[in-house]
Formats: sequence, C-alpha cells, structure tokens
Amino acid sequence: MTRHVLEHFTATSCIGAGTAATLASLVQQRSGLERCAFETVKIDTHIGEVPGVDAQRLPHELRRFDCRNNRLAELALQQDGFLETVREAAGRCGARRVGVFIGTSTSGVMQTELAYRDRDAISGALPSAFQYSTTHNSFSVADYVRQRCGLQGPAVALSSACASSAKAFGSARRMLDAGLIDAAVVGGADSLCLTTLYGFHSLQLTSPAPCRPFDVARDGISIGEAAAFVLLRRAPENLDRDAVLLLGIGESSDAHHMSAPHPEGAGARRAMQAALAAAALDPSDIDYINLHGTGTPSNDRSESQAVTSVFGATTPCSSTKGATGHTLGAAGALEAVISALSIRHGLMPGGLNTSQIDPALTASYIRENRHAPLTRVLSNSFGFGGTNCSLIFGSAG
Amino acid sequence: MSLAAYVNGIGVLGPGLNGWPDAAAVLCERRIYGSSATVLPPPTMLPAAERRRTGRVVKLALGVALEATAAAGADVTQLPSVFSSSGSDGYICHELCEALAQPVREVSPTRFSNSVHNAPAGYWSIATGAMTEANVLCAFDASFAAGLLDAMAQVTADRRAVLLVAYDTEYPPPLHAKRPIPDAFGIALVLSPALAPQSLARLEVTLTEEAFDTMRQSQLEALRASIPAARGLPLLELLAKEGAGRTIIEYLGPARVAVQVEPCH
Repeated sequence: MTRHVLEHFTATSCIGAGTAATLASLVQQRSGLERCAFETVKIDTHIGEVPGVDAQRLPHELRRFDCRNNRLAELALQQDGFLETVREAAGRCGARRVGVFIGTSTSGVMQTELAYRDRDAISGALPSAFQYSTTHNSFSVADYVRQRCGLQGPAVALSSACASSAKAFGSARRMLDAGLIDAAVVGGADSLCLTTLYGFHSLQLTSPAPCRPFDVARDGISIGEAAAFVLLRRAPENLDRDAVLLLGIGESSDAHHMSAPHPEGAGARRAMQAALAAAALDPSDIDYINLHGTGTPSNDRSESQAVTSVFGATTPCSSTKGATGHTLGAAGALEAVISALSIRHGLMPGGLNTSQIDPALTASYIRENRHAPLTRVLSNSFGFGGTNCSLIFGSAG
Repeated sequence: MSLAAYVNGIGVLGPGLNGWPDAAAVLCERRIYGSSATVLPPPTMLPAAERRRTGRVVKLALGVALEATAAAGADVTQLPSVFSSSGSDGYICHELCEALAQPVREVSPTRFSNSVHNAPAGYWSIATGAMTEANVLCAFDASFAAGLLDAMAQVTADRRAVLLVAYDTEYPPPLHAKRPIPDAFGIALVLSPALAPQSLARLEVTLTEEAFDTMRQSQLEALRASIPAARGLPLLELLAKEGAGRTIIEYLGPARVAVQVEPCH
C-alpha cells in the first residue's frame, strides 16, 4: 500500500496528557491505574481515569457537545499543539480536503445514563436539557473534532468496539488513496461510563487488581479512558529521518463469537498477516509488537498463539494496558501513538504489573523496558464482534 | 476526484417496502406506496443459539445484506463489508440505561455484548463464516452517505468488491422522544470495481455543495427525511428507473454526495 506519514500525533490517558508526559511514564514504568472511585460506581476494580476531565470546558459555541467524552477529546486536542497543526494543515490544503476518522465505542452515552436517573416521575420523559445527538450518539465526538478543528471534509465515527480507533486508520488510508482527501485527523476517544464498567463486570472480565497481561494469574481487564489523535498524510518523497510512517494495515473478522476471541486466534493471525502483506514486509522485519494484551485469560492466550504462529517465539512484545488500562475504542489510537513514540525514542515499553509470565503463553513477552533502535513496530487491536486490526508503523530513516 | 463502482446487487427493507423488487415497483411508480410497519425476516442464517439473542437491528442488517449478496451472486466469505448506522440497538441501550439507573445495578452480560455498534457486523461474519474485514460506521443523520463514501473509497483504492449495509432502527420511549426514528429501514448494495453480467448500474460519486434531492411522493419523502438510511432513497429511485441520471444525497451540512448513475443494460 501507499506509505503515509504521521505528520503529528498526541495522546492523553491516565499516564499523561500529551506525548512528553506519556513517554516519561513509559520510561519510568509508571502505571496510571488506581482503585475505582469513579462517579457512583461500586465495583471492586482498578481504572485508568484521566485527571482533569471533569474540569475541562468546551468552547462556548460548541457547548451543546458537552459531555465527558468530548471534554476528554478537547483536553487531548489541546496537547502538543495538535489543534494548531491541524488548522495549519487545513489552511494549506483546504478545510474541505481534510477528513476526520474517530473511533469510539461508547461516545457520550454517560449523558444518557445520567438522564435516566432524572426521568419525569409521571411521564417517564428524559430531562429537557438532555441532548442526544451531540453527546450520546457515536458521531458526536467526530463531529466535535471536525468543528473544533474548523474542518469541512468527510467525517465519520468508527465503532467496532475495542478495535474502533485502529480501524479508523483503515478508513482514512483508503480515502487518502482514493484521492478524496489530502490529510486526515485519525484518532479515538473513549471515556469512563457506567455501561462499560458494569457491562464488563457482568461478563466477569474486570480484574479487582491492576490488570496483569500475560501473567499466569491474570484475571481480567482494568478499564481506562483516553483520547489520541494523529494527523495522517500521503508520505512525500523527502522525509525527515525521525518521521514515523504508517506502513501497513490488516483487518479481519473472527466469524466465531460475539464476546469471546477465536481460541487459536485465527482472526488475529489473519489481521497480522494482512498488515505484513500490505506493508510488503516479512515477520522478521518487525522489531517489537505492542499487543492488544488485555489481561483476560482467553484474550491473551488467543493472541499469544496468533503472534507465535506468525512471528515465532522471539519477537519482543508487550502490552501497555498495565500502564494505561484498556481504553476500549481509543486503545488503537493510543497504542498507535505509543508505537510512534517507541520508534522515535528506541523504546520497547516493558509490560507492567506482570510478576510471573504464563508459561503456556509462548510469545516473547517483555516486562522490563528495552532500549534499542526500532525500525518497525506492529500494534494489535481486537474487539467484541470478533473484529481485528493490526497496524504497522516504521521509521523513515 | 470521483469514486466509481458497479452495483451488482441491492437489498431493501422498510415501512411498506419488502425487498428490492417490491421497493423498485414503488419507486418507478408501478405500484402505489402504502406505508405499513417494516417486516423483518427471522435471521435463519444464524445458529439457533445466536438467533435467540438478536434484536431488530441485527435482523434488519442481515436481511438486506442477504438479499443484496444473493442478487449479486457474491461469495460472501470473500466480501469485505461496510456497516453504517446512526445508532446501535435502541432497545438494548434503553434496558442498559434503565438497569444502570436502579439502586442495584444488574446488567445482563448478553445485552452488554450485543450493545456494541458492530453487533450486526459480528453476527454477519458468524452467519456467513466471512473472515474478511467489516468496517462499522456512524455519522448520525449522514450515515448513509458516509457509508457510501467509505465503501466507494474501498472499491476505488483497493480494486475489490465491497458489501455496503446502511440501516437504522427505532429507539423505544423515553429515548424515542429525543431521537424519533419511526421504524426500521435498511439498504444494502454490493459494489464492485469490475463490470459483471449481473451489474445493474455504474455509480460515480463526488462531493458537492449543490442542493440535495428529495422524494416527489410525500410519504416516501417523509421516510427519507426521518430515517438516516432512507436518505439513500433518491439513489434507489434512479436505480429502479433503470435510466441514466444524477442525484444529490444529503451528507454533512453544506457537503453533499453526488451520484452519477449509468445503467449497464
């Protein structure tokens, strides 16, 4: 496929607002997971809550978008000068030629959760102040980003559960290649809400402890929240040596089960192979794999089998969810930014919280940070519905 | 810059529109339109265990997808798909929000896993065995045009056939008052880069800011204006009439999607 360059990128999660804070946490192996004290939630679990989301305000003219998810998106857009860079790009190639592709699983559904606590006692009606389209609806966050950045090109929300924002790169790439746009704001935003906390808890998929991907005693996920954005363009001939490229995307479906992964990771394997084929690379060309690595017994088992079947048992891999939590629909974009930071700074982030690697998992899981030049990194994102997406990033130099 | 594809199969379900031949008869005025509640086929292609769990949105999406792919004679296991909808399962959303508003919050695990926006895409891959990718989109009222653009970009950029499924179902009260979608409506198109014996028409899609088309029949216009997936009705009308023409579909604010249609026969 055509090469695309990450012209700019930013991420905000519980390990930091912006790339400098995110990188510092990764270097220091600092986890942002804490015991859950979110809203009125009474679940014995750990979460990755982003500080300052409640206090974040939206510009007055966009206040109809006000909800936790768009506050988180706003907080993230303000980091690293991302907003200004996008506006510059729009000035350069025209606001109509910049697309918006944002992954989210629950968008601003929390507004509806809160509205349901405040229904009219007689009619059951929701409060009149509640606005569905600009908060709850999945498109709300994409619309917010589009309007906030002053863009007028195509825009869409991608909602494929926990693969949402990885797949956003696919839609953006195709629209760039088809020539409909010249640049794309690609990203994800998913915020804490009761639906996902109680929902994953009902499936017995939340761990009481901070999640321990690939640990022999792993017992579930820690839910996090994040927003991460990339400004993506077709790569020009001449690139700076420290430029990070999107080299390949592979997507697949398990065709197996709504909430359980394929036991041998057949769909995951297919996605990784498709990404390698798109990038015209061999498995040995990948220096490090940022795993989906959620920390549930079945997910990690299935992913480890898939990774080993494609790469063998030597390619270093880890999950950064022990640091950030599982940020669901934002995980693909967050981990794309972490992959870009890994390449730029020669850092393979060791997986946190894991004390004893499950001997049944044959992939080469690393727990300590490794510093080495990284040319190419693969990042996995998988989701409910059996949806899989693998992204390959590489250095231009 | 334009995106081009051939339409090899069509599926439609909506109020008073029961499949493409039936809808085509209405759209080229061979039959008088009479609005009645959308009839959703049981998803017989799913295993019994899965079938029991599926709600209206899954039945709708699978129903139109099956009609379009059968008409196209497509090998569904090899066909990537684009699912575009303005919302997820409204009934499940209501049940979850109701449960979460109780003093003791008991959430059904099955309801939760079926609440994801990509549930219909997941069930489609389970039903067909297709391990190809499914892209699942939402652009609120612009979801039909957004899905069409995404699918056309796939055909154009990657030179391969794609199944587009655009579909919407209603919310129950009290959310219905905030999002008044009246009934279920879905359109599926099999879009291909190459002319085939079953190709019905060639589409060429561009972005524009011209005024969008409405439906001449008032009941069909009411449908178009009230259900996001039905924003595709002007395109279906052109396809039903089997002539050449151009139509402008509502998209995001001043941005519209223009579709040039050339019949293949």
